[in-house]
Amino acid sequence: MKRFWIGSGLVSALVATAFTLASCGGSSTPTEAPKSADAGAPPAGGPAATPDMDNGGTITGKVTFDGTPPKMATLDTSANPVCAKAHATSPLKAEEVVVNPNGTLKNVFVWVSAGLPDKTWQVPTTAVTIDQNGCQYKPHVIALMAGQNLEIKNSDPTNHNIHPQPTVNQDFNESQAPGTAPIDKTFPRQEIMIPVKCNVHNWMRSYISVVSHPFFAVTSDDGTYTIKGLPPGTYTIEIVHEKYGKQDQQVTVGAKESKTADFTVKG
Amino acid sequence: MDNSRLHRFTVVVAVCTFLLVVAGSLVTSNDAALSVPDWPLSYGRLVPPLEGGIRYEFAHRVMAALVAVLTIVLAVWLERAEPRRWMRRLGWAAVGAVLLQAGLGGAAVRLVTPKTLTIAHACLAEICFGLVVAVVAGQTMQLAEIPRISDPAPLMAAVALFGQAILGAMVRYGAAGVGFHIIGAAIATILVMWAGLRIPLRRPALALLTLTFSQVFLGLGAYMARVVNVTMPQPMPLTVAFTSAHVAVGSLAFGAAIVLTMAPAVAHGGVALA
Repeated sequence: MKRFWIGSGLVSALVATAFTLASCGGSSTPTEAPKSADAGAPPAGGPAATPDMDNGGTITGKVTFDGTPPKMATLDTSANPVCAKAHATSPLKAEEVVVNPNGTLKNVFVWVSAGLPDKTWQVPTTAVTIDQNGCQYKPHVIALMAGQNLEIKNSDPTNHNIHPQPTVNQDFNESQAPGTAPIDKTFPRQEIMIPVKCNVHNWMRSYISVVSHPFFAVTSDDGTYTIKGLPPGTYTIEIVHEKYGKQDQQVTVGAKESKTADFTVKG
Repeated sequence: MDNSRLHRFTVVVAVCTFLLVVAGSLVTSNDAALSVPDWPLSYGRLVPPLEGGIRYEFAHRVMAALVAVLTIVLAVWLERAEPRRWMRRLGWAAVGAVLLQAGLGGAAVRLVTPKTLTIAHACLAEICFGLVVAVVAGQTMQLAEIPRISDPAPLMAAVALFGQAILGAMVRYGAAGVGFHIIGAAIATILVMWAGLRIPLRRPALALLTLTFSQVFLGLGAYMARVVNVTMPQPMPLTVAFTSAHVAVGSLAFGAAIVLTMAPAVAHGGVALA
């Protein structure tokens, strides 16, 4: 009996050691997107403010892809007949890297990561929508302000579960049956590129960026972005892509002034 | 008392528990662990829509319910028919472990997968399987008393293999780098070889050695499949196959080490039932 308990003690000690290791450090998988939480962000506080669309500065630019565009992988949607039917004629492609016809990169999150005055910015009353449509998230990358409403829709005639995996915000996992009302959620804290997935359809991936101010954008079909209404100042403009990571550059912009900040991402 | 039917039933429980471990591994490998966001019901009902990842998760839940019932029946049967108190206690320990395991699984779903809970869930699965294997071994070897551990080698091998199960789970859930698991594999393999060489029972020792070596290659395969397919949409079938096989063979190796830990009591003159 004594030896039995000694054996049990050894097992317990091993479990404790392993869990200590777990809490001390970890590793990221190669496909994990770059994340930054509150990195270089202006703290909340001070008077509420809105972007000055009439007199503020504007920063525009584009994100160019340098290299041979990678082939977009075909996703196997056969696990669900509804999804397979939706893509019977045009197979669903992974949107990890989408190079536009003009050689620019789509789905790049662009934001002012540093330089803004210490202000609390007014949260828009309009919601940002993410739709589960054709067994994929549309759009693939979205951005919204901390506290802004996120509307999650299911336009598919099948079940989905939406499961964001934030590190500083509260995670959630909710099922959404076909035809049900949209789910409304908010993220109270700034967090960049929160991975979102559907565990029912394991190919469905998306990213949500939550920012404590309104100066951000996501590149679309022409690879360009525009950030308007900035107070005069010098800012760090950072781009974040789920595969190619981050880049930044400093831009100084005055009142009513327009500056360009282009980026090149090497494939 | 002729307990051959009880023994056969225990083997069935052990096989079902092993299949449950495999089912759990398939859930994780297919990234389907949270495809059913509610628990104990599934999408608010007993049988959810069986599509996509829900199929894996629901099959795991059904299998878990079956194993829980079978384990309770086993404990009750042992209580009535088994003269050895330590064997009866093993049966109830298995019930406790299976019920705790169910609670951990439910908590992981309700709390949206805190890493520690999911890692604990994966590790407790090995203990559940190990406890039932111990009952089977106790019946097969007709041990009258709790086995005397006269040789530390098999016990150390079993502890090392369980440690590997913990590290493997931590790697899967991103709580540790794969380096810890690789170092652990080297240590576990050495300990298994040591145990295999010291134990006079050839067949169980050979089984443990074969399983452990297979496990090393399956681990390499799982890692390589992940590296080769890193640019492909995950999870890839090859990665799922290697990872699930790695978990399955790991459980079998742990079970074999438990059998060997109990076996020396016989080999070294432990008291056997008449």
